[in-house]
Amino acid sequence: MSAANEQTQVYQFPEDEPLILGNPTFKDVTNRVLGVLEAKAPRGWWLSLFAAASLAAVLFGMIGWLFWEGIGVWGVNVPVGWGWAIVNFVFWVGIGHAGTLISAILFLLRQKWRTSINRFAEAMTLFAVICALVFPGIHVGRVWAVYWMFPLPNQMAMWPNFRSPLLWDVFAVSTYFTCSLLFWYVGLVPDLATMRDRATSTIRKKIFGLLSLGWRGGNRQWKHYEVAYLLLAGISTPLVLSVHSVVSTDFATSVIPGWHTTIFPPYFVAGAIFSGFAMVMTLAIITRKVYGLEDYITDNHMEKMVKIMMLTGMMVGLAYGTEFFIAWYSGNPYEAFALHNRAFGPYAWAYWIMVSCNVILPQLFWIKKLRRNIPVLFVGSLLVNVGMWFERFVIVVTSLHRDYLPANWDYYKPTIFDIGTFVGSFGLFLTLFLLFIRFLPMIAISEVKNVLPAADPHNYEGHHGSEEKHASGDLGMEGAKS
Amino acid sequence: MNGLLLALGAGGGLILVLVVGFFWYYGSPKFTDVGYRPSQPIDYSHKLHAGDLGMDCRYCHSQVEQSRHANLPATSVCMNCHSIVGTDNEKLLPLRESWANQEPIEWNRVHMLPDYAYFDHSAHLRAGVSCLSCHGNVAEMEVVSQKQPLSMGWCLDCHRNPDPHLRPPEEVTNMYWKPPADYAEFVKRFKEEKKINPPENCSACHR
Repeated sequence: MSAANEQTQVYQFPEDEPLILGNPTFKDVTNRVLGVLEAKAPRGWWLSLFAAASLAAVLFGMIGWLFWEGIGVWGVNVPVGWGWAIVNFVFWVGIGHAGTLISAILFLLRQKWRTSINRFAEAMTLFAVICALVFPGIHVGRVWAVYWMFPLPNQMAMWPNFRSPLLWDVFAVSTYFTCSLLFWYVGLVPDLATMRDRATSTIRKKIFGLLSLGWRGGNRQWKHYEVAYLLLAGISTPLVLSVHSVVSTDFATSVIPGWHTTIFPPYFVAGAIFSGFAMVMTLAIITRKVYGLEDYITDNHMEKMVKIMMLTGMMVGLAYGTEFFIAWYSGNPYEAFALHNRAFGPYAWAYWIMVSCNVILPQLFWIKKLRRNIPVLFVGSLLVNVGMWFERFVIVVTSLHRDYLPANWDYYKPTIFDIGTFVGSFGLFLTLFLLFIRFLPMIAISEVKNVLPAADPHNYEGHHGSEEKHASGDLGMEGAKS
Repeated sequence: MNGLLLALGAGGGLILVLVVGFFWYYGSPKFTDVGYRPSQPIDYSHKLHAGDLGMDCRYCHSQVEQSRHANLPATSVCMNCHSIVGTDNEKLLPLRESWANQEPIEWNRVHMLPDYAYFDHSAHLRAGVSCLSCHGNVAEMEVVSQKQPLSMGWCLDCHRNPDPHLRPPEEVTNMYWKPPADYAEFVKRFKEEKKINPPENCSACHR
């Protein structure tokens, strides 16, 4: 983006509409975002929290019964030993990836539009990873031995198998969670300090004073802060690609036809970003509607997100096609059978739900009108996540249910406990998310201020208007902040 | 505020160390299992029988060289002597009742391995591992108690380095055996001769 139009009176993105509508001042931004937190919680929030917490209670009830009774309460059995637990794990980890992409990669690429959505997208990442971590934790059967997953010295002199991708998973996901948490927290510090400064009660002052780590907003602090933020963005960037690649090796390193595929890592990463953006969009549409934040999270943001979804959706579609091509091209009868069985076997319904939601549906968004039609986007984003859940279901279940021995073949069905656990995990996710939007600023105040025209230290009225200056001003993230 | 943060950090670190240390010490079989000394239906003294009287372990645990288990003696084995010795000893009343009623004595097991761990006494004795290595010097115990943790790590210690625990198989029940001067030489020869190569794979014990 270069500021080609030198004569513009108020600086705007050359080919784009302003990121924040209504041309607010810095003070307006602070008041708008923090006003939500400082006002009394609306009744709708309480009702939603009650509903979400009830669902979360269902999750914990299901987990309690699972621990008491054992893995037999689920539908898994020979030959489908990996059922919904793994499907849900991959689903939730995938959701998280959009948050990291928005916060890290889009930051490094200087995509200023990320500022309106990055905070709650990152929070979504954390909560999705928490939901994801529940499943490998509970699916082991003997939960009291779950610490065996970690390389801890113990009296059994037992050590995890470092050649197993399941161990890589432990490291990948825990690294991912740690980095995401740090990144999110560092980003929060200036906003927490603002909350401290505006706090009226002593307890609020104390809590936010502690959390804001002595932030004063001085020049030196900003300098260090921005370096730290940049470094964390740099550390998080490879994680966007590596975490789901490692998750995909859970399948790819096995010798099961349908899993044993080298395209899995990029295919999984694209799917993760696809589903994650769909979840960001779902949450953004609801939140901005409820809190009237349409000026901050604009239709423009939605359009940009749906464009990324189209791209990643088509990458996923390409991967589906490639799998069939390889099944034919390799001449391997087992591979061919697995893929044929996937599309036309007993689980064909799941396969075609997946294809419709992930490949066909995003094609609607070639039409600009639909990219800005909020109801269509809302339904679309929900359906994409349905599709992406089914993608994982198709991969896990159809590859297993007809293995090499036809005598073993079976039709896997989830039990009420599988379903309850999955539905309950949404309760946990939404509970955490509702608490987040109630107690922390869901929009990154200091970063939004950065992309306001008023934050641009240059003036574009043509006094010292060399082309070079404009270009550097356009890139500058070092502008005045609060 | 800085002081508070510092206190929180240091306090958190201390709590972590304490929690880990707690489980490290109190959760280990060295604490939970070693020293287990259940009381027995008869006040039987290993010190008297195996120590002072010098009876061989295998007089009572007679199948230990042929079987997985070091069997407990039947009442009849006790009665070999006790039909003549100590016939009016009050302590032996349960023994005589057992003999008269043809009902076995319910001894309490001291050394318990989990069901998923396969252990074979005979294989270990043939390989020249003494009773002493796992059970301690029973000949000096009035009441038998567990001396070793019997944890998997403890088993593996010996499976990885059996050398200091080997002796001629005919000496395995000798609680006072002293390694000869040429012990290292003996171990080398013995291991070659007996092809001693303790397994470390999972299915050696978890079958």
